[in-house]
Amino acid sequence: MDEITSPTPATLIFDEMYTSAGAARHHYQDIARQLFSLPLDALAQKQREAEMLFRRLGITFAVYGEAAGAERLIPFDIVPRVFGSKEWARLELGLKQRVTALNAFLHDIYHEQNIIKAGIIPAHQVLANKLYCKEMQGVDLPNQVYAHIAGIDLVRVSENDFYVLEDNLRTPSGVSYMLENRRTMMRLFPDLFAAHAVAPVEHYPQMLLDSLREAASPYVSDPVIVVMTPGAYNSAYFEHAFLASQMGVELVEGKDLFVHDDKVYMHTTEGPQQVHVIYRRVDDDFLDPTVFNPNSTLGVPGLMKAYRLGNVALANAVGTGVADDKSTYLYVPAMIEFYLGEKPILSNVPTWQLEKEDDLRYVLAHLPELVVKEVQGSGGYGMLVGPTSTPQEIAAYRLRILAEPANFIAQPTLALSTCPTLVDAGIAPRHVDLRPFVLSGKEIRLAPGGLTRVALAEGSLIVNSSQGGGTKDTWVLED
Amino acid sequence: MLSRTADHLFWMARYIERAENTARVLDITHKTSLLPDDTEGAETHLWYAPLNISGCAEIYLAKHKLVEAESVNRFIALDPDNPASIYTSLMLARENARSVRGAITSEMWESINATWLEMNRMMPTIGQDCPTCFFDWVKERSHLFRGVTLGTMLKDDALNFIRLGTFLERADNTARILDVKYHILLPRIQDVGGAADYYQWGALLRSVSAFEAYRKVYRDVITPQRVAELLILRADMPRSLHACLNEVETTLDIINGISGRESRRQAGELHAALHFARIEDITQQGLHEYLTEFLEKIDLLGQEIRAGYLARREEFAPLPMQKMLMQVQ
Repeated sequence: MDEITSPTPATLIFDEMYTSAGAARHHYQDIARQLFSLPLDALAQKQREAEMLFRRLGITFAVYGEAAGAERLIPFDIVPRVFGSKEWARLELGLKQRVTALNAFLHDIYHEQNIIKAGIIPAHQVLANKLYCKEMQGVDLPNQVYAHIAGIDLVRVSENDFYVLEDNLRTPSGVSYMLENRRTMMRLFPDLFAAHAVAPVEHYPQMLLDSLREAASPYVSDPVIVVMTPGAYNSAYFEHAFLASQMGVELVEGKDLFVHDDKVYMHTTEGPQQVHVIYRRVDDDFLDPTVFNPNSTLGVPGLMKAYRLGNVALANAVGTGVADDKSTYLYVPAMIEFYLGEKPILSNVPTWQLEKEDDLRYVLAHLPELVVKEVQGSGGYGMLVGPTSTPQEIAAYRLRILAEPANFIAQPTLALSTCPTLVDAGIAPRHVDLRPFVLSGKEIRLAPGGLTRVALAEGSLIVNSSQGGGTKDTWVLED
Repeated sequence: MLSRTADHLFWMARYIERAENTARVLDITHKTSLLPDDTEGAETHLWYAPLNISGCAEIYLAKHKLVEAESVNRFIALDPDNPASIYTSLMLARENARSVRGAITSEMWESINATWLEMNRMMPTIGQDCPTCFFDWVKERSHLFRGVTLGTMLKDDALNFIRLGTFLERADNTARILDVKYHILLPRIQDVGGAADYYQWGALLRSVSAFEAYRKVYRDVITPQRVAELLILRADMPRSLHACLNEVETTLDIINGISGRESRRQAGELHAALHFARIEDITQQGLHEYLTEFLEKIDLLGQEIRAGYLARREEFAPLPMQKMLMQVQ
């Protein structure tokens, strides 16, 4: 995701730990005192220990474009990002509300399409979207859940203002870092955990397993669940393996599966065994070469037919991309009101749609102040961050916009909150975001916390791990 | 369990065991080389053996002119281009483990990953001060990994395929060590009971951790025939062919399912032959012939296990031993 250097004066940027007067916020007071009572070189030593632990555990990721198999560490920062119980409770409500509405939307557009009939969202926005999957029309899913696992990217700009930057409803990753960051912090700073009631996140794999069980057809009493990975060279392979082992299920690749009589089986040492739920970390396009990308070697021929017949469940469902598309994002607040009859608790970032003439005119006149993104882009690639771009870059981007305005949206440059972070020069504020993971089954489940990403370069707002971002442990304090 | 998972576990175990046995061979070759021997060509004679055992003599000779201690050592211990080197074995063990991280315990992964990272860290300095420290380290890491495996893994088929890999590889390796060393040592039989002879056969026993066992079992001078008996037929000697086949057969027995009927039959046959064999008959047939046949059968059994249970992937089977032992002089 995202980025953005802020023109906001430093004093106006919200800091997670300190008030503008320089005092530690209430829920941070003891933690700051305890943590920063250690001399700087002791903290740096802890940081090195953390790195050693991560390397030993092999918590690495591959960067596309580097030599196959090259493994890198995501930098880990030892200063935790902390939420008080009240502010978390509000976030939790907002996240559950948003994900409920998104699932209702997905069910609707693949069935009655009431939201289109009601004129809330234009038909072409949904039906002409490249990510709308016609094969899913009329397919009934257990509990009407499409996005079993959602990663909602949030940023904070002031004490009470959180914005949703992006809903990730396809194959959101990062939850293994949430878990391993916690494990590492508990090894490094047992005293901090003894002195504070930090809400645990270790049960996430159990919650995930429960949600996946609920995704199975109700006619299967003891469903066989697997995690499906593109393979050991995928950037998130560590996470796939980690989740499979934490849940105690098999980690499969496409070649381990086959379809017979419209049922899915895996090759085992005892012969074929039927599979009922696939937590797949493979994109829609590669799932089934007979329906989607015919060149895919990662998928399973016939999988889609078995899926449509209800003989196997996929998590997430096929065709969820249409709901996390940046142009659909605009309509999420309206979805919440339409399906739930509630006011949205979490706000959207104000967004200009460049397919609209007025919006396009405004944005072209204000490019140096704005952030412009491709509608279907992700990973922080292919975007323009006005305030940090040269006039030449802006001019080049303007041409791209003019060639296909409907392919772009624009947002104001947000002043992301900062959190103290251990850098070479000492402790300094760095910008952070947050990705909590929301699980949907018969009920909605949420581990208290999420993955906090931090932009390690001074002033930078790019938190993506592929572009120099790091992570922090995220604490929710219990009362 | 998933066939591909079983396959990775099987090979992970084989590569670890292979690294350990390769270290044993180099270790003992080094120790033997410290013994005074002014026969012409003694160094070549001695250092050709480990190349022969691991089946990489041809690859070595394509790269090096002379068979001498320093370069053979480096080639077998550290050369990434040598498919049978300790380096390559540890790398492949770790690669296989990485492919099935979900199927092994985190302690096992940490152990095998730390071994690999440590190996890379030590690379530049290995052998500089203490030539045999590295071999001890490899053995220790292998012991540690086996201990972690037995101490942390659920006793299910995942563990069974690991055990299968370990003992199949060990049977193969012990047979190779015995075969090669026996041929090197036999010409010297004329001074049976001499100090040098005692040391040489002692070294062979030590290379498979069987020296103390020999003392306990025979309480007598070391004779070639008893060494062969100990390493082939004694069921209570943990690295003997009989002991390995014991493990292979019982492990195959408890693996779920019926896909391995033929491998069970073959393992049973091999095991029974070892169970009822007499060392006198084996030496009469010719030890080399006996061991060559054994290695072929072990190889067949390995292929059968793969066909019955495991996915069909390209893997490095151990390189075949050179058919002709290098003639010295």
